[in-house]
Amino acid sequence: MSGNLTQWLMSEAPASRRQAVLGNAWRGLLAIVFNPAALAGLCIVAVLVLMAIFAPQLAGGISPIEQNLASRLAPPSAEHWFGTDELGRDIYARTLHGARVTLTIVMLVSVVVAPVGLAVGTFAGYLGGWIDAVLMRITDIFLAFPRLVLALAFAAALGPGIENAVIAISLTAWPPYARIARSETVTIAKSDFILAVVMQGASTWRVLFKHIVPLCLSSVIVRLTLDMAGIILTAAGLGFLGLGAQPPSAEWGAMVSAGRDVILDQWWVATIPGIAIFIVSLGFNLLGDGLRDVFDPKSS
Amino acid sequence: MQDGERTSVVRGALQRIGSFLVTLALTFLGLTAVTFLISRLTKIDPVLAIVGDKASNEVYQRTFVALGLDQPVIVQYGAYLKRLLSGDFGVSVLTAQPVLSDLVRVFPATFELATIATIIGVLVGVPAGVIAGARKGRWPDHLVRVVGLFGYSVPVFWLGLVGLFVFYGKLGWVSGTGRLDIFYEDIVTPHTGVILIDSAVAGEWQIFGNAFGHLILPAGILGYYSLAYVARMTRSFMIDQLSQEYVTAARIKGRSFWGAVWLHAFPNILVPLITVIGLSYASLLEGAVLTETVFAWPGLGLYITRALFNSDMNAVLGGTVLVGAVFIGVNLFCDLLYKVFDPRLRNA
Repeated sequence: MSGNLTQWLMSEAPASRRQAVLGNAWRGLLAIVFNPAALAGLCIVAVLVLMAIFAPQLAGGISPIEQNLASRLAPPSAEHWFGTDELGRDIYARTLHGARVTLTIVMLVSVVVAPVGLAVGTFAGYLGGWIDAVLMRITDIFLAFPRLVLALAFAAALGPGIENAVIAISLTAWPPYARIARSETVTIAKSDFILAVVMQGASTWRVLFKHIVPLCLSSVIVRLTLDMAGIILTAAGLGFLGLGAQPPSAEWGAMVSAGRDVILDQWWVATIPGIAIFIVSLGFNLLGDGLRDVFDPKSS
Repeated sequence: MQDGERTSVVRGALQRIGSFLVTLALTFLGLTAVTFLISRLTKIDPVLAIVGDKASNEVYQRTFVALGLDQPVIVQYGAYLKRLLSGDFGVSVLTAQPVLSDLVRVFPATFELATIATIIGVLVGVPAGVIAGARKGRWPDHLVRVVGLFGYSVPVFWLGLVGLFVFYGKLGWVSGTGRLDIFYEDIVTPHTGVILIDSAVAGEWQIFGNAFGHLILPAGILGYYSLAYVARMTRSFMIDQLSQEYVTAARIKGRSFWGAVWLHAFPNILVPLITVIGLSYASLLEGAVLTETVFAWPGLGLYITRALFNSDMNAVLGGTVLVGAVFIGVNLFCDLLYKVFDPRLRNA
């Protein structure tokens, strides 16, 4: 049975569209699994997702916001695996719940940035002419902006909070996607099959969304995975400065910031959430490198 | 070179510089449009900030008109741009000084930090990248890859804290936060604002040593990020060059392997390398924001974050415009340099 399934997936002559799509996905998965670094990245990201989903269960019923001033700044022990912070909150539970905040930010930024970049890039690339010139000039202008400082200024003006941090990061993160989508679109638009559907009477919208956007997706996704680490680090930086998720919610950057004053005596308060940020960005970096090798062998 | 050819080269260079200036102006316009937008988005009422909440309605209205807030947005933007170009960034609420003079005062500290960091990044990153590229797939290559991956993944503010904990708290190898110990402050006259230069000029070597002890950790940490980027790019440039036929030709003529690497391939990567170093320098100016907060380093980054927490929008936006302008300037200048010095791109 499994042998048949593998054969069906690896078939050189897929009989249906579904078989072709699933077969490609299967080959990509194999390529990642046989690349140790990418596999490690995939595992880290999977663990992050599981942590976020099952945070309350994994924390064993310990609340991430419950204060216990009697046992504040306690070192790691059997009772508090990662110790407690300056308000006696359990750092293990807070680190687990912090995965939720990080994942939320990453997902929201992706949901905003990828469609905006794709839309700008494909429009510019397919329509060409002055639309192309204007859109790409705007993209270049945004590309030359200092990312963190602008995000800071935006977050400061809009007020602190996750939503505003997401808006601030997204505003400075979309241009590379527009660039990628445009260069892909320019190549695709010259292909014969696009000419064929246009001659069959397909509208511009149909060509863009049914034929061009799906082909741009893979490079945009690869780039998105590579960017995740940067997004996480920027979000953590905003959190560290107090402009991200607000207390008492557990955000890794803010947790590091809370441990600043006691770094010399109670190292665990700042160190452990920092390690969490590091491992997660490392995971996305490894996975992104692996995906790039799979989807775009030229650049490796 | 023929005369005609020479004029065409000159004309090409002039055209490039012209288009560079246009791009620079447009990008700067974009930046100021965004900062203007931010200043409009902020929830702080600019009129209330001046007249206070006890002012009568009439005073409020008069100030509203005096600030030009009754004008169309585009007119307000024009006025804003005019003020910026004449160096008027407004007055900081926090320091009660014009933002421009504040910026002039704090910039040298950031400049010092970013420059030393870049020097560290280049001195270590370039040779590391060259060796990794030449020894592709062997252990030096893997080492550079791991170092780079770590640099791309670790949060700078956290690395700063851990650095303070280990090198200052536990080992005592470096001095703590700030630029100088408190009893050395305000002794040398700040000619340039860069303490290493000022103290060396004044012959105050004790102060120089103290300043160095304070500088080395934050600069080393920022330098590490620069190193990670520079080494990675150098490596890929080297791999590109070493696969060219001229390297094989040099080897066949009897040049040793490392001779071919350093004397034939390396000079050819210098132009793109300068661009990379410029870009990393610009991003360090920005990366200094978080590092300065951790190390209480009295530069641009600390100035912006302090202003942030006191709702001092004039100072925040002034700092943003300055960082943005330097960032844009360096970015585009590197681009220009690349096109001018690489003959293949001259007519592209």
